[in-house]
This record gives sequence, C-alpha cells and structure tokens, in this order.
Amino acid sequence: MSTAITTPAGRMAALARAELTLFGRSRGTLVAALFVPLTLPFAMRSAVEEMDVKDVGLSVGLVMLPASIGFSLLFAVYSSLVGVFTARREELVLKRLRTGELRDAEILAGAALPAVVMGLVQCVLLAVGCMALLDVGAPSAPHLAVIGLLLGLAACVSLAALTASFTRTVESAQVTTLPMMMITMLGSGVIVPLELLPDRLASVCELLPLTPVITLVRGGWSGDLSAYETLGPLVTALAWIVIGVFAVRRWFRWEPRR
Amino acid sequence: METNGQEHVIEVTDLRRVYGGGFEAVCGIGFSVRRGEIFALLGTNGAGKTSTVELLEGLAPPTSGQVRILGRDPYAERAAVRPRTGVMLQEGGFPSELTVGETTRMWAGCVSGARPEQEALALVGLTGKAGVRVKQLSGGERRRLDLALALLGNPEVLFLDEPTTGLDAEGRRDTWNLVRALRDGGTTVLLTTHYLEEAESLADRLAILHEGRIAATGTPAEVTAAQPSRISFELPEGYFPGDLPPLDRLGVSGHEVEGRLVKLRTRELQRAATGLLVWAERAGVELRRLDVRSASLEEAFLGIARDVSEKASAVEERVA
Repeated sequence: MSTAITTPAGRMAALARAELTLFGRSRGTLVAALFVPLTLPFAMRSAVEEMDVKDVGLSVGLVMLPASIGFSLLFAVYSSLVGVFTARREELVLKRLRTGELRDAEILAGAALPAVVMGLVQCVLLAVGCMALLDVGAPSAPHLAVIGLLLGLAACVSLAALTASFTRTVESAQVTTLPMMMITMLGSGVIVPLELLPDRLASVCELLPLTPVITLVRGGWSGDLSAYETLGPLVTALAWIVIGVFAVRRWFRWEPRR
Repeated sequence: METNGQEHVIEVTDLRRVYGGGFEAVCGIGFSVRRGEIFALLGTNGAGKTSTVELLEGLAPPTSGQVRILGRDPYAERAAVRPRTGVMLQEGGFPSELTVGETTRMWAGCVSGARPEQEALALVGLTGKAGVRVKQLSGGERRRLDLALALLGNPEVLFLDEPTTGLDAEGRRDTWNLVRALRDGGTTVLLTTHYLEEAESLADRLAILHEGRIAATGTPAEVTAAQPSRISFELPEGYFPGDLPPLDRLGVSGHEVEGRLVKLRTRELQRAATGLLVWAERAGVELRRLDVRSASLEEAFLGIARDVSEKASAVEERVA
C-alpha cells in the first residue's frame, strides 16, 4: 500500500482526464465546441467583405482572425463549460468531489481544463488558418495576442461558472448562455468591429467581458496599439476576471436546488 | 482526549444547523464516537440525519456548536481532515457516461494512499463491472461503487449515509459484513439509516434523531431496554376486557383495546404472558391472533417518535 500524498496538480489531472473522456462521449458538446467555431468564420467571411472595414484601417483578415478566436472562446470554452458545470452539479458529482481532498478551485479548474486546452488549440489553428488563407501577416506584437487569449480563457471559465450558478438544467443552459453569447458577438467586436459603431456606443462596448480579447488580439497582429492603448483592455479584462472569481466564490451552487 | 484506546474520533457538541429559510434542521445535538466503533444515526425522513452528517463531513459549517473529527474542524481544516476520512453520500455523484473503472481511476487520483482500484472494486463485489457505464448499473451496484470509492483511501473515519438503501437482502448482508470487518480493522464508522434492523445488528452505539434532536442514545440493548414488551390477542367470543385477570397483578403497565383486539404493555414479559396463558387455559378459550414480543428497537423508535411529538404538542397547547 502506498502512502503517496496527492498534489493539487495530480488531483486536477485525474479530474481533467475523466472530463476529457466525458467530452468525447457527448456528441452535442463535440459538435458545438469543435464544429461551430471552425465553420462560423467561413460563413462570416462574405459578410465581412461587404463591410467598409478598409475605411477604418482594417483588413478582412484583421477582422476575421479575432472574430474566429472570439467564436472559439464562446463555443468551445464558455458555452461548453456552462454545460459541464451544470451537468456535474445536477448529477451530484460536484458535491461528491467536495467530500474528498480536492479544493473547490481545483474542482472547477480540473473540470475546465479539457475545454480550456481545446479552446487554446483551436485558437492557434484558427490563427494559423487565417494567416495562411486571408493574407494576414505574422503578428507584429505576438505578446499582446497571447496575453489577450489567456485573459479571455480565464474570463470565459469564471463567467461560465457564474452562469452555471443560475442555470438549473443542462437544457436551460441554452437560454442562460444567450446574453453573454449575444453581447459578445454583437458588442465585443466579434462580428462588427467597434470602429464601425457610433463612438458613444463603442466606448460602452469596450467594457464588455470579451472586448479586451478582441482588441488585444487584433492589436497583436496589426501592431497598432500603443502602450497606453493596451492598458485599458488589460484593466477591463482583469476586472472581469476578478468580478467573475468573486461572484463564483460568493454564488456558485455546488448542489442542485431541491 | 486519548485514554487507553478510548480516543474520541468524532466529537459533536451542541451542534445546530439552520438553513437559509430559517428552518432548524439540527437543534443542538451532541455525541461522541470512539475509535473502532460503529455509531448509527437513526431517524425518519426529515429527522436531520443527512443535515448532521454533512456537517461532520465538513461540507458545510455549523450554524453554532462544534464538530471535531480526529481532533480537528472538518470544515475549517479541510486539507488536514479529508485525507483521513471516507464519505458515501446518500445518492449518486458519478458522471453517468463514465465506466466503473474510469470513475474509480479518477477518484483514486484524488485520494492520498489509494488502494489499487481492482482491490477496492473487489471489496464490494464489483470486480467484473469495471467496463460498465455507471448509467447501466442497478441502484444497488451504484451504492456499492459509492462504497468502494469511500474505501479507496483506507480512511480512519468512514461516513455512510444510508449505505444499504436500494440493496437487496444479500447485498445488504454483504455490506454489513464489510462494515464489520472494517470496524474490526480499527476503522471508525458513522452511518445513518432508517432501517432499524440495520442499526440493531450493526451499530455498537446509536442515537435516535427526531425533529433535529437526539431522542435516545446508547447501545441498541440500552435503548431497547427502556421500552416495554408487548402482548396482543383477540378477546374470545363472549368475553369482555373486564373478564381478564387483574392486569396490574400480571405486571402489565398499560393496555389498549381496539375493537376485539387487546394490546398489553409490560416490563415483565414472562410473568404477564404466563398469567394470561394460564387464565386462557383455565377458561378453556383460544386466544386468536396471539402475538408476544419483547421490546425491539422498532418499538423504541416508534415509541420515541410518538412521545416526542406528544410532548411537543402539549407544549404548543400550553403556549397557546
């Protein structure tokens, strides 16, 4: 009999492995998380080509690349994690896990890991695809794109946990995820670049959770962001993560309502 | 705390749990469990068993009062206590799409000093089921999987919330034997049950919970001894209760008549039964539906439930 003491990393790895197996067995999640983010950009391309993006100093590629990453974060990470957290809570898996050595944060992080890795891989593939097909050059400030993507992943995990707190069933997740999906697609510059919106509306939209990701990723490729212009998105993204983590600690439900 | 193996592994003092809506599920209970003891919390549904066990498991903090598991607070000192406890919840807690083997492997990765997965499954008789999805297991098999996971880390303290609900008679006996073997190996077991025979045959000591309070506690024999034995029979045709021999001289402490059925309560069962049977023999009558039974935990349980609610309603009347 071994007396090996578990470590946080080991515990999360065990949980993530089980979660990955479950991911592979859920056809609905697979389609939504893998198929949708990889096909939506193609559907969007002609619409972007119709927009007057050149007038505001953008190219089709510079709109499409951050948009693809936005879709990936929304579908592969945010939306699929709301389903995962809700399903595990309703099956009492979260309650069961809390009786063991795993800490609360480890449970959420371990369960989120497969989706986060999936999102990361997708974003890299999409970026490479956009560079190859849409004539976007190599990023001129890659660190900004990387920071933007990591902040986006963290924000998506914490907001997914928060959304799951008030999602009663896996079915109702289709409704509870809508506000975040809609405001991000319409207001965060995913489908319509903020540059094309009226100034006042654009400055409100800059405060939305995933706007900083789009801004930083686009800035990473275009190299147009000054240090000062980088500060706003960074602070906004960090603020959303802090709000998300605080709200999850305060309101996350570990057991079904009975 | 420790005196010659009399170490109190579980200590509960003046424990209260009030839920958000103001409902007081646990109203100031206290008990302690020694190392290597099986302690049962008995009670009807809603008596506060699970609310209590969740506090002992450290899933929630008490509203007031104190829980000590192995000398520590299971909620505040979670990291220190959890590697030494095993928990079986009242229901489920497994993703239905994982197999038994995958579930066990996952849990083993989260448990310090885990036994080999095969060994844990063998303990509960699930050896051949490693490849089966959890959703295809029967209710009883799921209970056994839950038990296997609770045992994975060789816990010093084991919490079992209704461990045999949904098991057939054989599965129940197997689980009882396993729990006894664990106790004999030094494991301290706290279990809840609403099966009285389970508490009677398994528990070294028990507490009967009723409406969030401990109504009786002791060994099963002690709790039972506080209750009267019972005799019931049908009055023979043409006889009236007044025709029976004087009941107090038979050692009968109380009686009820329901139609033709007479029910007697006594603490001297042999004397009362002999007196009654001698009377019947002399009168030349047959006592139909004769039932003579010594006090059982069931009697104690029902008696306590009745007593406490009668007292409670009496208090309410006085208050009104």
